[in-house]
Amino acid sequence: MTELLGKTIKELHELLVAKEITAVELTKATFDRIKATEPEIEAFITLNEEKALEQAAALDEKGIQPEDVLAGIPIGIKDNIVTKDLLTTSASKMLHNFMPIYDATVMEKVYDAGMIPMGKLNMDEFAMGGSSETSYFKQTKNPWDTDRVPGGSSGGSAAAVAAGQVPVSLGSDTGGSIRQPAAFNGIVGMKPTYGRMSRYGLIAFSSSLDQIGPMTRTVEDNALALAALSGWDKKDSTSAQLEVPDFTKGLHDGVKGMRIAVPKEFMGEGIDPKIIAEVEKAIETYRELGAIVEEVSLPHSTYGVEIYYIVASAEASSNLQRFDGIRYGYRAEDVKDIEDLYVRTRSEGFGMEVKRRIMLGTFSLSSGFYDAHFKKAGQVRTLVKQDFDKVFEDYDLIISPTTPTVAYKFGENVDDPITMYMGDLLTIPVNLAGLPGMSIPCGLVDEMPVGLQIIGKPFDEATMYKAAQAFETACEFNQDKPFNLGGGK
Amino acid sequence: MAISSEEIKHVAKLSKLAFSDDEIVALTDKLGQIIDMVERLEEVDTTGVPVTTNVVHDINVMREDIAEEGTDRNLLMRNVATKEDGYIKVPAMLDNGEAGA
Repeated sequence: MTELLGKTIKELHELLVAKEITAVELTKATFDRIKATEPEIEAFITLNEEKALEQAAALDEKGIQPEDVLAGIPIGIKDNIVTKDLLTTSASKMLHNFMPIYDATVMEKVYDAGMIPMGKLNMDEFAMGGSSETSYFKQTKNPWDTDRVPGGSSGGSAAAVAAGQVPVSLGSDTGGSIRQPAAFNGIVGMKPTYGRMSRYGLIAFSSSLDQIGPMTRTVEDNALALAALSGWDKKDSTSAQLEVPDFTKGLHDGVKGMRIAVPKEFMGEGIDPKIIAEVEKAIETYRELGAIVEEVSLPHSTYGVEIYYIVASAEASSNLQRFDGIRYGYRAEDVKDIEDLYVRTRSEGFGMEVKRRIMLGTFSLSSGFYDAHFKKAGQVRTLVKQDFDKVFEDYDLIISPTTPTVAYKFGENVDDPITMYMGDLLTIPVNLAGLPGMSIPCGLVDEMPVGLQIIGKPFDEATMYKAAQAFETACEFNQDKPFNLGGGK
Repeated sequence: MAISSEEIKHVAKLSKLAFSDDEIVALTDKLGQIIDMVERLEEVDTTGVPVTTNVVHDINVMREDIAEEGTDRNLLMRNVATKEDGYIKVPAMLDNGEAGA
């Protein structure tokens, strides 16, 4: 049954509808694959085997219809998305024992579509990090080279898809946490427009930046998942009251006449020249396919990292106040009074990177620094957004590299926050402006995958998918597979 | 240095976090580097530029003022570490003026 796991969602769906396989068989084969590869990859924190098999059996009983395009499809869930009766840790000691009493809205949509959650995926603690090394539980490996990080914070979500454990996973992206690991693992990752998907039940890191999104091996699979999992939610007042289009419609229409911008700031200083060379080849491909590709400028985006570390840390310091040991999660023992309980619970329950961000955020919001930090960052954020608005007056899409480097080795950046933060240089501006951004594979450097970032207008994910599909069809980089999993040159 | 260890200790208190002496030294250094980095924003002229704090497309969200069923109380208590008679049990808050909360 191993051959099943290289298949796309669409191919699996056809087999399920034709009854060539049952949902139970597919679920069992998926867990077999997960168990065979976990010793090497370590993508999962918690498996959902018993309930998944029950769900699959019920689905087989009911039968899978041709219109149920996602029914029976295995999915992996990042562990900062709350799942009823299934351990949800956010990869933190603080929530090592947290059993949610409700499902995130996106989980209700997963179940409505008939998708079957295989388990909860590893990540950086509270989604703060770019390598998944800040997880309290384990170190997920990059399936292309297990000495290298899978990226982060959605490192488990990316590695699980790249290693053939699941065809699709959910990640979350605050400053690049879907796109950067997608790039590092040679898969397709979409951070939709802010407001496209409900954040209800996503454990909040930075509420004005966070979005959930799908990670898959192909563009079409990604479009199918986003269409099913998006939409307005009365439980999330920041979700948009807009119809969700069928993103697969017109997917193969091509890019002829499409106007694509390349920001010069995203192709210069701080970016590995070998990555720039791969992206230049992608630009050439788009030109050959009939698109008009021109250089533009996004001058304020070069301040993205600085703005991000004020805005995201300030919001995090507020959001993480709720972890006090009273209502859920870790609680320090043998405390002398309530103050001691709060301080010791938080000091013992959070890892150092999380504490660092809480400290930075509290500092930025404290009197005397509020104007110079928080207000200033909010003003420059406006300028970043205006730069994008201006470019989108003349262009349909923006493309760039997703990351400045390919996946690096373990331990290289974990103690150097500034280098780690600079890894998000090219993805952060997209979150600051609330735009949709995705990463698709566009080549290899040092035998590791390179990501091409595609940025769209608000709520225009359909055009992004169209351009991504044209590139995928032309180049087939998604046929490259991790070398230690049967792929290779 | 962009931030002193005294300031770090003050911010730790506001954050309800405690650090060892070694951690204070390391944090003073690392946070100092990060603060130096973010202060590069000072070079941008933002005279008259409005502040963006969110990128929400709908400003107000209203609904009819109709009561809806809440969450079951026992269910809400599921993850509570210590409880008694349907309440959360915590160390005393008011028996010591210095404890504060």
